Amino acid sequence: MIKCDIVVIGGGPAGLSAAVSAYDNGVKDVIILEREESLGGILNQCIHNGFGLTRFKESMTGPEYASRFIDEVEKRDIKVKLKTTVLSLDGKVVTAINDTDGVFTVEAKAVILAMGCRERSKGALNIAGSRPSGIYSAGTAQKYLNVKGYLVGKEVVILGSGDIGLIMARRMTLEGAKVHAVCEIMPHSSGLKRNIVQCLDDFGIPLYLNHTVTRIDGEKRVEGVEISQVDQNKKPIKGTEKYFKCDTVLFSVGLIPENELSKRAGVKLSPQTKGAIVYQNRETSNEGVFACGNVLQVHDLVDFVSEEAELAGKSASLYILNGKTEKDCINCNAGDKVSYTLPQIIDKNASGNVTVYYRVKGVYKNVTVTVKEGDNLILAVKKRVVVPGEMERIVLTEQKIKSLNGDVTVSVEEGV
Amino acid sequence: MKEVNLTCIECPLGCDITAKLDGEKVVRIDGNSCPRGKIYAEAEVICPKRVITTTVKTQDGRMLPVKSDKPIEKSKTFEAMKIINGVTVKTPIKIGETVIENIYEGVNVVACANLK
Repeated sequence: MIKCDIVVIGGGPAGLSAAVSAYDNGVKDVIILEREESLGGILNQCIHNGFGLTRFKESMTGPEYASRFIDEVEKRDIKVKLKTTVLSLDGKVVTAINDTDGVFTVEAKAVILAMGCRERSKGALNIAGSRPSGIYSAGTAQKYLNVKGYLVGKEVVILGSGDIGLIMARRMTLEGAKVHAVCEIMPHSSGLKRNIVQCLDDFGIPLYLNHTVTRIDGEKRVEGVEISQVDQNKKPIKGTEKYFKCDTVLFSVGLIPENELSKRAGVKLSPQTKGAIVYQNRETSNEGVFACGNVLQVHDLVDFVSEEAELAGKSASLYILNGKTEKDCINCNAGDKVSYTLPQIIDKNASGNVTVYYRVKGVYKNVTVTVKEGDNLILAVKKRVVVPGEMERIVLTEQKIKSLNGDVTVSVEEGV
Repeated sequence: MKEVNLTCIECPLGCDITAKLDGEKVVRIDGNSCPRGKIYAEAEVICPKRVITTTVKTQDGRMLPVKSDKPIEKSKTFEAMKIINGVTVKTPIKIGETVIENIYEGVNVVACANLK
C-alpha cells in the first residue's frame, strides 16, 4: 500500500493542472495515476490549433498545450504512474493495477477526480440499419488518423456538429477524403463558431441544420446514408430525404463525463451535467474528494479545464492543511432557459467571489442573465448573444453571497 | 462598393463582421469587438491565411504532430499537405524543431510534440 497526501486520478489537462496547483499550494506528496502510456490525455490526439488562446494568448496545438503542463509536473517532485488503471475508489483509498506493481492501493488524505469524458455512441441514438464497418465516433477516427496514421475512409458523412466532428471534417479533407455533409439535429451547431468557419466553410462542406441520419445502408461496409429534415419535435419529415453515397459515417454527438468510479464511490452526480455535484471549491458530496475538468462538466475550451483544475488542486491542498471546515450552504439552481449551473452548491462560509458557470438551452439574442433569490434580484448582466455551445459565466461577489439567506436561481430573460 | 460578411475566428466570441471593400481596398470594418477582429477581417477579405496542422511519419512508425510556424495562404493548403505527407522524420525530436524548412515563402513546418 502506498500512502500519500493527494492522489490525482487521470493525467490529462485537468489532472496535470490540479497536481501542480496542489503542489504549489503547499502539499508536496502528490501522485498522478494515468491509464495511457504518456501524460496529456486527449490533447495528444488533438493536433489542431486553437488551444491556449485564453490562457496564453497564443494559438497552440493540443500536444503543445499538454507539454507546457507536463513540463510543470516534471519540474516538481510529483510522482506519476503511467499505464495504471484505477479499479475502484472507496472513501479516500484508490485501488489500481499496472504491469509492474500488480494490484495496489493508494491511501490518500484527499482525492482529485480528473478522469475526463468519453464520446456518446451511435447505440445511444437508435438509427436503423445493419452493422457494417465504417461507422466510427469522431474521436476514434481522430485517434486512428493522428496517432496511428490510418485514415478510416474516403467518402464521409458526419452526424453531429460537435467540435470533434467539425475538426475531423477538416482533418480528413486535408488527408484526401471527401466529406459530403455534416448534419445536425438541432437548429444550431453545438460547435465553436471558429470551427464552423475554418473546418466547414473553408472547404465548402455543407452543414445541414435540423437534419438527422435516418438510414445507413451497407452489409459489410457502409455504402450510403440517408438524412432527413426533422420537425420541431425532432421527428424526420417524409419527403425531405437526401442520399449520400459514402463508405464512412462519423458520429460526433456529444460527450459524457466518465463517472463510473465516482458513482461506485457514492459521489452524488447531477443529472444535468452527468458529473459530480460540487461546492465552489470543487469538493464533491464525498468529503475530501474533489473533481475538475471534463469529468465534472464537459468544457469547450481546455483553458477553462486548466483553470478549474487549479481551483480543485488548491482546494484539496487547503483541505489537507486546514482540515475540515464548517459549511453553511445554499443551492445555486438552473432557472428558465438554463440547462445547468456549476457549482450547484455555494458554501457561504468560504471566502472569495464565486464564478458560476452555466450553459443555456438554445440560442438567445439580447438577453438579461439574472441571479435571483426568490423574487429578489441579486444580479443582472446583459448579453448580446448566448449559445449552448459556449459555456457562460457570471461572478457573485463575496459580499453578495454573504447577504444571501436562501437558494439562488440563474435564469436567462429575453428582452433587455 | 462591395460588402463581405464574415465570422471572426480570433476568439470564441465569433463576432459577425462586415467589411466594406472599394476594389481591393478595405474601407470600413463593422461588428468587431476588439482590434484583433479588425486585423483578422482586413487580412481575411484580401488574402485568407491559415496555420496548417497535420502529422508526419517518423522512421520508427510513430506519427509526429506538426504545424506551419506561420499562417499559409488558404489556397496553398493542399500543395503544402502534399509536401508534408512526402516527408519522414528521424526521432528523437523536440517541440519547435524544424521538420521542413521554407515550405512556402519563409514558412517552416515544425514539430509539436517531443518524441523520444
